[in-house]
Amino acid sequence: MKVRNAVGLAGLAVLTLSPVSCGKKETALDADHPSSQPALPVQPVDLATAGSIIGTVKLDGLAPKRRKIDMTNDSACASAHPGGLLDEAVVADASGDLANAVVYVKEGLGDRTFAAPSDPVTIDQKGCMYSPRVVALMVGQPLRVMNSDQTLHNVHLVSQENRGWNRSQRPGDLAIDTKFDREEVAIPLRCNVHPWMVGYIAVFKHPYFQVTGPDGRFELKDLPPGTYTVEAWHETYGAVSQRVTIGPKESKPIILAFKPGAAGG
Amino acid sequence: MVQTTRAFHRALHRYAVFTACCTLVLLVAGALVTSNDAALSVPDWPLSYGSLTPPMIGGIVYEHSHRLIAATVGLLTIILAAWLWRSDDRRWVRWLGLGALVAVVAQGILGGLTVLLNLHYGIPVAHACLGQLFFGTVIGLSVFTSRWWRSDLPEVEDRGSPSIHTVASVNVGVIFLQVVFGAAFRHRDISILPHLIGAVAVLATATWTAVLLRRRFASVGALDTARILLHSVVGVQFLLGIGAWWSRLATARAPQPMPVMVALTVTHTVAGALTLACAIVVALLCYRLVARGREAAYERRQERAALS
Repeated sequence: MKVRNAVGLAGLAVLTLSPVSCGKKETALDADHPSSQPALPVQPVDLATAGSIIGTVKLDGLAPKRRKIDMTNDSACASAHPGGLLDEAVVADASGDLANAVVYVKEGLGDRTFAAPSDPVTIDQKGCMYSPRVVALMVGQPLRVMNSDQTLHNVHLVSQENRGWNRSQRPGDLAIDTKFDREEVAIPLRCNVHPWMVGYIAVFKHPYFQVTGPDGRFELKDLPPGTYTVEAWHETYGAVSQRVTIGPKESKPIILAFKPGAAGG
Repeated sequence: MVQTTRAFHRALHRYAVFTACCTLVLLVAGALVTSNDAALSVPDWPLSYGSLTPPMIGGIVYEHSHRLIAATVGLLTIILAAWLWRSDDRRWVRWLGLGALVAVVAQGILGGLTVLLNLHYGIPVAHACLGQLFFGTVIGLSVFTSRWWRSDLPEVEDRGSPSIHTVASVNVGVIFLQVVFGAAFRHRDISILPHLIGAVAVLATATWTAVLLRRRFASVGALDTARILLHSVVGVQFLLGIGAWWSRLATARAPQPMPVMVALTVTHTVAGALTLACAIVVALLCYRLVARGREAAYERRQERAALS
């Protein structure tokens, strides 16, 4: 084979080597796009019989040692944490109560529809960290991303089910307002200027969800009587679930426990 | 076949070598972007935060530096292509120079699309692979413009089957496929398994090439040197691959890309480009020094006809 022919074939090979790998493309013209679906009427919950599921998310084992974040690549970030900062991938107290877990009703609501609140859920970039690290909101509910830092960030939404995007946000820039059309648990939020900055956004069609705080506690209230699958999702440990039946006005306690070594832990 | 002596342009050759060296620096810069997860730290293109001089903080250092070096290599390639077109008397070399120019422009466009389309559609993988092919092309131009390539060189005959040309070309193809698998894994499009299997395949074809070079052409100095170089580069790259993989596993839970992982993965990526370039040079030497089957047979018939 002549050298020049080999070169031409190599060029052709590169041009044809483009495997498609991307998140879901979304246009309002798609037949299955949520905006193309007819709006279903909201069914009110009878509060006279509604119950709740309460509980705690726990880590059933030793939490990994939290590692120190190196912020020296941006002096504005380093100066915001003169004593240093530990990463927040796994935050658990001595009792194993796990923070930043998203607890939600996965099954059992049937065809019920719910109105999305108009109040936005807000994520701020403070001290070069997403605050809060994990948020949850409804489909159609506004999300607001702000930058309170004296340095710039890029806000990169890595979505599989919704439309992903990547925007810069300098100090003093207006907040970024957005909404989501599809359920997704959970959408990673990144900043590639500061690679330790990670956040997560969980999106649901219903209002029965909560993100646990440092005490690992949650309450899913105003649930109609019935049998539900309740799931807890964590960025490191994946998901665990439990089936729960609640009667009229009943408040059922449960514990959702992750084991270290599950998923990426 | 005897080559006649042709005009050698020392300055042009040195410029081609310089462009190849700058391209190697560009490959390092590109690998640093990926290993530091900085590709999207600058959301706009071709400007960076609307400027040619964005604040150089965090990941922007890697991404913007990569763009500046890429622009420099682009300019160098324009000059190289123009110089070759004006000065080289070989039509195929002039067209290869133009091909390098088309490749570097395509690289720039792919780089921009990588950013504007948020790393989707396999574009980062295409960008990575074309970058290595471009490097191989510039290395080739450095060889073709050398005094050695243009001088009268005795040819040797290859009576073995398959021919060394075929084996050396297969070696290049397998190594390039390994580059593709590595890029696809690095950009999280596939698992590491194809790249691991490819490593074994590269060891096999490189060893096959080296064994044949030693068996058939041990007395040819340039081919013997090429054999040693090929074996060395492939061996080092294999070890670097183990190191890069270990560093990924060891730092998987780290909150950010760790220096040891960045160093090993960047070195492995750039060494991969050097491995491909080395394989290309070995193949070129085989084509230059070893008569191809039909040509050798023609020469033998001519000699017999002259004697009879």
